[in-house]
Amino acid sequence: MTALEQTRSEFGTEATDDDVVAIPLRRPWRWIGAALVLLLAAAFLYSVLTNPNIDFAAIGQFLFDQRILEGVGLTLLITLISMVVSTVLAVVVAAMRLSSNPVLSTVAWFYVWAFRGTPLLVQIVLWGYLGRLYEKLSLGIPFTDVVFWHIDTNQLISAFVAGLLALTLNQAAYSSEIVRAGMLSVDEGQREAAYSLGMSPLYTFRRVLLPQAMRVIIPPMGNETISMLKNTSLLSVIAVLEIYTQATVISSQNLKQVELLIVASLWYLLMTSVLSIPQYYLERRYGRGTSRALPPTPLQRMRRAFASRRHGVAPAPETKAVSVI
Amino acid sequence: MSITLPVDPSTTTSHRSLVEIRRVRKSFGAHQVLRDVSLAVPAGTVTVLLGPSGSGKSTLLRCINHLETIDGGRIIVDGELIGYRQSGHNAHEMTPRQIARQRRGIGMVFQRFNLFPHMTALENIIEAPIGIAGLPRAQARTRAKQLLDRVGLADFAAHYPAQLSGGQQQRVAIARALAMDPKLMLFDEPTSALDPELVGDVLDVMRELAKEGMTMIVVTHEIGFARGVADQVVFMDGGVVVESGRPEHVFDDPQRQRTRNFLESVR
Ligand SMILES: Nc1ncnc2c1ncn2[C@@H]1O[C@H](COP(=O)(O)OP(=O)(O)OP(=O)(O)O)[C@@H](O)[C@H]1O
Ligand SMILES: [Mg+2]
Repeated sequence: MTALEQTRSEFGTEATDDDVVAIPLRRPWRWIGAALVLLLAAAFLYSVLTNPNIDFAAIGQFLFDQRILEGVGLTLLITLISMVVSTVLAVVVAAMRLSSNPVLSTVAWFYVWAFRGTPLLVQIVLWGYLGRLYEKLSLGIPFTDVVFWHIDTNQLISAFVAGLLALTLNQAAYSSEIVRAGMLSVDEGQREAAYSLGMSPLYTFRRVLLPQAMRVIIPPMGNETISMLKNTSLLSVIAVLEIYTQATVISSQNLKQVELLIVASLWYLLMTSVLSIPQYYLERRYGRGTSRALPPTPLQRMRRAFASRRHGVAPAPETKAVSVI
Repeated sequence: MSITLPVDPSTTTSHRSLVEIRRVRKSFGAHQVLRDVSLAVPAGTVTVLLGPSGSGKSTLLRCINHLETIDGGRIIVDGELIGYRQSGHNAHEMTPRQIARQRRGIGMVFQRFNLFPHMTALENIIEAPIGIAGLPRAQARTRAKQLLDRVGLADFAAHYPAQLSGGQQQRVAIARALAMDPKLMLFDEPTSALDPELVGDVLDVMRELAKEGMTMIVVTHEIGFARGVADQVVFMDGGVVVESGRPEHVFDDPQRQRTRNFLESVR
């Protein structure tokens, strides 16, 4: 028996004159509005589904095309690598920004200024052209002729690497601001308490400050990951074969542009939806101790709903009957 | 960074004092907060620091575990110079690692508790013993439960700080500091953020601790506690020690006008 059922059986049957049953306000406009929106949505869907200019068979055919699947894989790989590397870089940049060393904090400020202040598309193309700027990259002692190792730039920086570099460096600038805000959100007393227990600065950062900053960092980082996933499509300008490029390559051959864009969009939607699951659980993990009770996970909620169905009574909505004393 | 130490041949002979503070100076910018403060705290005794707001009580306490650096003078705890390594007449600041090692022996309790909000009461207590002192997990948990029991919170091990009242949080904070087996405990106004009805529980724990022979330096405005527990009361004002002595002397027969004025204002 759930707590609610118990309350109902206690109060519902033995209602006295003192009990007042609150009846929620009726809101007819809500129903009319909802009906209108549903009607419009149905009309739009109908017009799409019955449109003779859309080849639905082609969508089905290309949804699992080998090239599309490879594109999906590459999109995920680029997203993963650039998010991981940029986050590490972001922590370093944020630490530099917060450092009392004026050179470090100025360099970090300049980095964020430059990479946030120019369009990502421009940065991607620039990295693609790096080979034209520096024909050879070499490892040696600066300002001398001593060279240990050198390589042809175009050989090292393929389109794939150029794309990764562009996305990673750009993202690190944004993420560093998120990390910095997270670090600033932690009370100064936390550091002092940790130090007074004999914790070193690094240990304090790892076990006390960072876990608390994570609470502030994770929601925007989830957004950034979803943006990153979609921004990989910009790499089409330097011909990285991620999913959008693959889709355009195929449609340039069979001229089914809209169908292939729908295919790509369906994949993007699937991938961004899946990405919000780990975010939910990370938020839960780092939200520990902030509220008096953690919200149930979707799994727990489902289990609870099934459990009550088996007992034959659905839990009553909270506002239906409230006993006012 | 190095500072010049005052020449003082007597420091080596001071063995009965657990804490020796000699002519400590500290400024924030142009504002001199501590002016030649000297103080000795014998092992196993309780010293209460009193004084108006801004007189430098917190700063002095924070210098003792090197949360603040000092500009001159010296602080010696259990025979060890705090925060600096002496060579000749110069003292060189220690590395963060060496300072962290020294702080292990000095527990501190803050006005605003500063429990780690993402850890339960028990996790707060075992974090440093396991992570810093290297105690095995099982042993640390057993000890933490004993400490929780001792501060009257045996049933609250799994509670997060947000689920505890202020008085309960402060008692967990005391247990957390005790878990590192400190030889000295510093309390900075441990009860002034608490509702009046919660003050008693915290003071009881502190009384108990004093009875067991812990060396304590306590900043507090609780005159009743100071009278009952303190071996020594130190009145500070404007960064200097104005008057110090047995509580009955300082409270009932203050020699300085500034002390009298202050005591009237808190009574
Ligand atoms: N980090 C700091 N930077 C600049 N000034 C500071 C700093 N910490 C303390 N002060 C100043 O030093 C003086 C002494 O402060 P302290 O906190 O030691 O006083 P206190 O005796 O503990 O007062 P209270 O009873 O209000 O806690 C105050 O004038 C304060 O403004
Ligand atoms: Mg203070």
